Amino acid sequence: MKRFAGWPLAAPATLLVVVFLVLPVLATIWTTFTTPSGPFATYLSFFGSSFRRTVLLRTIQVSLVTTAIALVIGFLTAYVISRAPGWLKSTLIIAAVFPLLTGVVVRSFAWLIILGKNGILNTTLLNLGLIGEPLSMLYTQGAVIVAMVYLFVPLMILTLVGVLESIPDDLIQASSSLGATPRATFMQVTLPLAVPGLIVGAVLVFTGSFTSYATPQLLGGEQVMMMGTLMYQQAMVTFDWVAASTIAAVMVVITIAIVALMNAMARRLNPMTV
Amino acid sequence: MMTRNIHPLLIAGTALVFIFLVGPLIIVLGAALSDTTYLTFPPQGLSLRWFENIFQIEAFRHTILTSLQVALLSTIMALIIGIPAAYALNRYRVQLPGWLSTLFVLPVLVPELVLGFSLLKNLAVQLNGPIYVALLFGHALLVLPYVIRVIGASLASFDFSVEEAAISLGSPPLKTFFTILLPNVRSGVIAAFILAFITSINDVSISIFLTGPGLSTLPIQLLAHMEQFFDPTVASVSVLLMILTVAVMAIVERTLGLTFLAK
Repeated sequence: MKRFAGWPLAAPATLLVVVFLVLPVLATIWTTFTTPSGPFATYLSFFGSSFRRTVLLRTIQVSLVTTAIALVIGFLTAYVISRAPGWLKSTLIIAAVFPLLTGVVVRSFAWLIILGKNGILNTTLLNLGLIGEPLSMLYTQGAVIVAMVYLFVPLMILTLVGVLESIPDDLIQASSSLGATPRATFMQVTLPLAVPGLIVGAVLVFTGSFTSYATPQLLGGEQVMMMGTLMYQQAMVTFDWVAASTIAAVMVVITIAIVALMNAMARRLNPMTV
Repeated sequence: MMTRNIHPLLIAGTALVFIFLVGPLIIVLGAALSDTTYLTFPPQGLSLRWFENIFQIEAFRHTILTSLQVALLSTIMALIIGIPAAYALNRYRVQLPGWLSTLFVLPVLVPELVLGFSLLKNLAVQLNGPIYVALLFGHALLVLPYVIRVIGASLASFDFSVEEAAISLGSPPLKTFFTILLPNVRSGVIAAFILAFITSINDVSISIFLTGPGLSTLPIQLLAHMEQFFDPTVASVSVLLMILTVAVMAIVERTLGLTFLAK
């Protein structure tokens, strides 16, 4: 009796995830190994195509740069927020949550208005006489990265504020009362204790950018195609579902590998678990 | 707590970050209020005509209703099956296998695009199921982890001996659930509902594969509209979505406090 306690309650959710997620996704991946031309043919053709290799490498590159920028900006901002007095802290958290709850389309669209040929950035620069003619900023890797950083910084801030707040004040005080400079306290106490949060944040941002669709589609177009846009194009424009499934499988493997790698790193680097 | 030892440069940097975070949304608001037929900021003349325009475009009227319906139904579905699961995970932690909680995080781990495509390929096409059902289940999966996590968090501080006392005094399990348990996790349920609803309303990556002619959601319709026109209609729809977000934040603030989201 005790052995089965809880199962009836957990069963519907388990069933939903298994039937509507695990099985369909496994079926998609399965079809990539059962093509008439052999089990690995579709992967050979994926990695054999220089165009698709370029898209994969570009996606990894854009996601890494986005993650790095979001880590730096997010950590410094979260650090200030966690040390701000009560009212200011809540105001800043609200300001960070608001964009987060506003959809990806709206937030990417904002950058279309800013970076467009007649966008406000070009208009401002022209009016100031800094440039002679409008710059082409849309459909560049830079545009995609700026919009992605914009998308993910709030997530990073929220993750890190929680982590930084949970660092006991006593530790910081102990460190400084034992003679450590604020800089030393930051480098040797605060930063190491924030490592698990930094890793969680990095995973969220990297996997989010790596599998994104709307932002690269709107701000990158054909020129800055990424894995998500390529997968959509293969599936819904050229109707090559085997190729789309292959891209899906590559995305799943890379995402899960990143999560596993970061988890292992978090366990090794977390001073609390030693 | 006082602001301690923060370098002025760091404070200036944080101010810039917040201008970066909020600025683009103010620009969208300005662009929505413009009187011109093209997108511009600052607005040239103020007008609400683009807000009226939303409701004159049949496609928008239609997709707004679809989006609200899908968000509501999928959220309710996720709550009905997520609350018992969150309860089981907390109450019977020792008896249930460890992989179960990992299973419930899978919808976050597996890329949404992959989930959307797989549902289209295997459910809608292979099994010839209705695409609306696939869309609904896709969204329910998308929001399930939020429901389980948020309600799990409020169950963590619930003292299960209160519930056992009620049962040992003869209260039937279902009655105990509604009169003892549910009122105790009420704020968690409200927060989960809101987060799930807003997540579903804004979703692109699952919906993009599960919509098409005859069935579309608001963000997908916005993307399609942007490809053809570059007028302030998209900006005004965006502003409507922001107003929805403000309303939601106000409710979260009243029930839980927004700092809850940073935990």
